[in-house]
Amino acid sequence: MKGMTLSALLGLFITGLFFAAAILAPWIAPYGMSEIVGDIWEPSSADFWLGTDNLGRDLLTRMIYGGRNTIFVASAATAVSFCLGSILGFTAAVYGGWVDQAMSRFNDLVMSIPTLIFALVVLSVMPVTLPILILVMGLLDSTRVFRLSRAVAVDINVMDYVEAARLRGEGQRWVIFREILPNALSPLVAELGLRFIFAILFISTLSFLGLGIQPPAADWGGIVKENREGIVYGIPAALIPAVAIVTLSISVNLVADWALNRTTSLKGGRGA
Amino acid sequence: MPDNLLEIKNLRIEATVYAPGEKPRDVVIVDDVSLSLARGKVMGLIGESGAGKSTIGLSALSYGRGGIRLSGGEIRLNGKQIRGASPSVLRSLRGKEVTYVAQSAAAAFNPAKKLMEQVTEAALKHGVMSKDEAEKRAVELFRTLSLPDPENFGNRYPHQVSGGQLQRAMTAMALCPKPDLVIFDEPTTALDVTTQIDVLAAIKTAIAETGVAALYITHDLAVVAQVSDEIMVLRHGKMVEHGTVQQIIEAPREEYTQALISVRSIEHEQMQPTPAPLLKVDGVFARYGSMSKDVLSDVSVELHPGQTLALVGESGSGKSTMARVITGLLPPRQGEITFDGKPLPPALKQRSREELRELQMIYQMADVAMNPRQTVATIIGRPLEFYFGLRGRKRDERVQELLDAIELGKGFGDRYPAELSGGQKQRVCIARALAAKPKLIICDEVTSALDPLVADGILKLLLDLQKREGVAYLFITHDIATVRAIADSIAVMYQGRVQRYGPKDQVLSPPFDDYTDLLLSSVPEMELGWLEKVLAHRKMTSAGN
Repeated sequence: MKGMTLSALLGLFITGLFFAAAILAPWIAPYGMSEIVGDIWEPSSADFWLGTDNLGRDLLTRMIYGGRNTIFVASAATAVSFCLGSILGFTAAVYGGWVDQAMSRFNDLVMSIPTLIFALVVLSVMPVTLPILILVMGLLDSTRVFRLSRAVAVDINVMDYVEAARLRGEGQRWVIFREILPNALSPLVAELGLRFIFAILFISTLSFLGLGIQPPAADWGGIVKENREGIVYGIPAALIPAVAIVTLSISVNLVADWALNRTTSLKGGRGA
Repeated sequence: MPDNLLEIKNLRIEATVYAPGEKPRDVVIVDDVSLSLARGKVMGLIGESGAGKSTIGLSALSYGRGGIRLSGGEIRLNGKQIRGASPSVLRSLRGKEVTYVAQSAAAAFNPAKKLMEQVTEAALKHGVMSKDEAEKRAVELFRTLSLPDPENFGNRYPHQVSGGQLQRAMTAMALCPKPDLVIFDEPTTALDVTTQIDVLAAIKTAIAETGVAALYITHDLAVVAQVSDEIMVLRHGKMVEHGTVQQIIEAPREEYTQALISVRSIEHEQMQPTPAPLLKVDGVFARYGSMSKDVLSDVSVELHPGQTLALVGESGSGKSTMARVITGLLPPRQGEITFDGKPLPPALKQRSREELRELQMIYQMADVAMNPRQTVATIIGRPLEFYFGLRGRKRDERVQELLDAIELGKGFGDRYPAELSGGQKQRVCIARALAAKPKLIICDEVTSALDPLVADGILKLLLDLQKREGVAYLFITHDIATVRAIADSIAVMYQGRVQRYGPKDQVLSPPFDDYTDLLLSSVPEMELGWLEKVLAHRKMTSAGN
């Protein structure tokens, strides 16, 4: 961790805080997740730091459990999209020709359908369980990753060192994982930070529309949905998840930026 | 009026480097360099890469590339101190009193604008002359620079003219606003020898006719000797020697200058052909994709075990295509390649691992020929693992043996390619090729990206290894001096055909065909007045002109 900038440290600290809260939710949350502990929409007080929600549940508790669900689904979906998207993208770039054409055009086809509408259609006919949610989000997002990794790999694929590996007789697997992947890491890491935040926004949107994480389980989009009527009466409960999302996105991207710098500088040496 | 046009005193140039994993630190790029240039004189700045010659050249425009600071000393142009002058002063200076000719004309022209517009731009912007006058001057300059059809040359776009013509157009651009000083930054380095000589002659005429002063930056002493009045030799940002051309060429005082002048001192005894050639290329025709013209037509050459065959020619002559055909990257359209007595399958995919092992390749650009994320040990060790199944300690021992063979000591195995110098990188590439214990190594312009002294070391190493390991080289190059040094037989290529082929002593002795004569006579020689002598007896001009 030597040579970390102040902004990266701050980002890492806040991101760490969010993830720790998500993992340790049952131990640090002051109340039970769906326990009704007070009146409706109470203002913040010593008992309820963020106040209570539309049913009288503690909002801090809901935020912590909600963060757990949101962050887990977003991370899992991002992992799926990156594994799938980058491997397929590299494969398309390395094989080229009609394989590349078929994969790329199919990818264009999927991308031409608006993601949200696609997801809504799929989720309205499928049972909404966590694995299905993760899979749908991951598959839809992998189209973006596919495009990026294919574009990056096409450039790397024509480098002399890849040609040298081919002349040696190396198989495609070595070329993809040992020659191309390490050199495509920088743009992929930058994209990773961005995609993770998009995944959080996406799962929140789905939950807001009622097709994401189902009540009584909490999630940030769901909290906005449950408390949106309060805004009319000046109750800020619905805005708190928004603040959480903004804070998390900024801090994740601070870390991603630093990782990007670090991986780029590796090109010029071993890094810190 | 001050005596000298340009007066640089105790110039110091610094930059901050951000080495990964270390604190940013300042390095001195140019240290205590002084020079003075009188009106109408040409000074050559010469040195290896990293000597600071381009940086000094640009400082005459009071310009520092990417984070470079002109941190001390004086730069006087026409008596005015221009170091640290305000941006508006510099703007009125650049493109009017001082102009610049860059190395790569192709990258320096805007591809979307016609040449005339770009050539006259600076003159119009500074209000030196009216549009009509500027265009008239440009046409005159095109004529001076012997560009074809000077009246209409300016109506073309940059991609419609050849590299040599574009470089001359850039010279016209620099001379158009009637500057006092022109900086030529390696203007002929990217060109073929046969084209270089034309551009060189054009630049020389233009300088003489316009009476402009010039700083001529290059790493090639033979080139600079043809155009300049004085020469300054630089090394590591410091001045080594300064004198008239005659003195530097004929009586260099410093050891480093003497080394520069006497490079290419390699002795190699030519070997006689053996009865069984290792590689036999027979009547090969090849073309790329759907092109309707062959890049190679009817090429036949032979290479004998443990010997060196040099393929020589200018760019576009098909010599690199030959390498692609032999390695199987581009299967030939017609013709056969025999390797070690057996026919070689035309495509890479059809070849066995053993056939791949026996034929290795070394590239021109060592920095892109090695994966930047692999250590030297991985790079050299992979072929050992792949072809011989060596692992663990055995592999490490063999890697160290190979590192010793390329004269790099211990500790290099853990380094990344970015932590090596240009010459070391090329050595690692040689070790990677050697690791496979090949019978033939194809060397594609392996020394052309290197400084002369470093290139010399690489050639010596290759010859040593040939003696020890008995490996044969197919040596692709455009540099006749290299060929003279190491080849056993030579094939001169011109527009996809073998123009002349045979043992070295025969190919390099008269009578010559016209092209070989042009090629041989175009190689700059370290001799005053060489340029005029060559131009006087030429029979044909290059295809790239």
